[in-house]
Amino acid sequence: MSWADTLRTGLDAIRSHRLRSGLTMLGILIGIAAVILTVGLGIGAQRQVSAQVQALGTNLLIVSPGSSTGTGGVRGGFGSASTLTQADAEALGSRAAAPDVAAVAATSSTSATLQSGATNWTTSVVGTSPSWLSVRARKMASGRFLSTSDDQSVAAVAVLGSSTATELFGPVDPVGQSITVDGKPFGVIGVLAATGSTGATNEDDQAIIPMSTAQQRVIGGSSRTSVQTIYVQAASSQVMSAAYQETESLLLALHGIDTAANADFTVTSQQSLVSAASSVDKTLTILLAGIAAISLLVGGIGVMNIMLVSVTERIREIGLRKALGARPRLIRRQFLVEASVLGLAGGVLGAAVGILGAHLLPAVISNPIAVSVPAVVGSIVVALAVGLGFGVYPAGRAARLAPIDALRSD
Amino acid sequence: MTTWLPGPVIEPLPAPPPVIALAGVTKTYRGGSLEVHALRGITLQIEAGEYVAVMGPSGSGKSTLMNILGCLDVPSTGTYHLAGEDVSRMSEDQLADVRNRRIGFVFQQFNLLPSLSAWRNVEIPLMYAGVPRHERRESALAALDRVGLADRAEHRPGELSGGQQQRVAVARALVGGPDLILADEPTGNLDSVSSADVLGLLSELHGTGRTLVLITHEEEIAATAGRMIRMRDGYASEPLETYR
Repeated sequence: MSWADTLRTGLDAIRSHRLRSGLTMLGILIGIAAVILTVGLGIGAQRQVSAQVQALGTNLLIVSPGSSTGTGGVRGGFGSASTLTQADAEALGSRAAAPDVAAVAATSSTSATLQSGATNWTTSVVGTSPSWLSVRARKMASGRFLSTSDDQSVAAVAVLGSSTATELFGPVDPVGQSITVDGKPFGVIGVLAATGSTGATNEDDQAIIPMSTAQQRVIGGSSRTSVQTIYVQAASSQVMSAAYQETESLLLALHGIDTAANADFTVTSQQSLVSAASSVDKTLTILLAGIAAISLLVGGIGVMNIMLVSVTERIREIGLRKALGARPRLIRRQFLVEASVLGLAGGVLGAAVGILGAHLLPAVISNPIAVSVPAVVGSIVVALAVGLGFGVYPAGRAARLAPIDALRSD
Repeated sequence: MTTWLPGPVIEPLPAPPPVIALAGVTKTYRGGSLEVHALRGITLQIEAGEYVAVMGPSGSGKSTLMNILGCLDVPSTGTYHLAGEDVSRMSEDQLADVRNRRIGFVFQQFNLLPSLSAWRNVEIPLMYAGVPRHERRESALAALDRVGLADRAEHRPGELSGGQQQRVAVARALVGGPDLILADEPTGNLDSVSSADVLGLLSELHGTGRTLVLITHEEEIAATAGRMIRMRDGYASEPLETYR
């Protein structure tokens, strides 16, 4: 008996019990779709996080103030104090003190109300240096970015993020228009290209002004000389750790602190952000994939159950086939083929549902789901293996039936 | 009155082996501590081309005999030669092959697969014999034509009458060209018209040289056979008047 005949016989049996076969496949289908979706969700989250971190700029170190020990011995946490100054940023920019640092951009931001004609929009106003554009790997959509002379002359000019420009001006080109920032007049000189960022901070909704202007005209107060974040760009990815060391030791020296443990600032690399985020995602993915694997196991037990019922129900058919000359091996093969076909069909349909879900679900849950080809191929193979594996026992029982006992039963 | 006349000594031609040769066959079933002696020692021969009816009340051992003749079961002791081959000690695979090549079954319950059309039911023995698909279809259609159902080849059993279903089963028994056709109460589930029809078909097959063993408990049906074997309490006996 050829394999084609075995397959045809198996398909006939599946076709003649449509409802039962469909329900069996459904168990596998749900398991496979769940595996594909959970793996896709995990991979999608990881990609999103690393894309966000990469969008900050390349070879970037982020210096944040914090963990200062006050006079009373009270220690503040990350970002709780304004211990970084414009002088720190200038020192880091010196080639002699930090040879592996390519560029530095300090930022100081505040929330302010922007107004254009009758339209107003409250957003974050960021004071920074002209190097910000390259350090943060941003591009201009129109106009120009801040220049050194803008900073020196304390110019009242602003570069708008793409969403901010749309909020204030709609379709009109804002370059050359004037706005007010907390009532003070500013000229718009450029618009940043959109990043499409969806993170916690919207990189497309902000107004960039020269640091000097921010300190003297917008922020004011006692904290005017402090900066919130210093972005440090290493010369290349190979010298990231050297740049990290230089940044840390230079700032410790400037702040008069002798041990790194007492530092009143924190240096973070992109890499550490990515790995921290992805380790959380990985744990979550393993957990979800575990649940999906259990549902697949339940689906497999469903196949076994149905196949056992099928063997019992078709005991006469098995006896007849044996009487007509089927060797036990052929009976076993027929039932194994049936179970594998059920598993494979469930797997392919489950993969289809999973891929469809990966395209449709992000619209509802706002998380991206990546369709991973290895996960799809792997889960179809697993579905086939589940069908085959859980079909072995029922098929063996069918093969061992004595033809007389099988024929005699009514 | 008979005179013995001396004549030339003629060496007889080696006769073809009998289709069925049972020697001292017993079958004992063990159910826990209980032993059931279904067959207590049966010796019989059936020659090629014979039409034999096996009769007996239920419990006489005729079903057990049928199972052993059909190679569905093996004797506890004794030997069974089917067309010259000793099948009493064969493995399961060998028995499957013997059933496939040498025996055609006709059952009381027809035992057709309801999801398959008539010709797909008929082709099953050929499928297990490894015959290519296109040849199987031709042979199956020829066998259906032989039983007068050529125009029903694509019908499923549910679309056929009982008599027609049993004809399909006869076609399935014929299709592999077996040495022996074993019919177990073939008319047990049929009305009298269909019964006569199927028995007529079996007689016709016998007429073309097939060896037939018919198992029945009805005297009338057994009478259509050329020879009758009566079963009682695990023994077989042949009434003298059936020798014709």
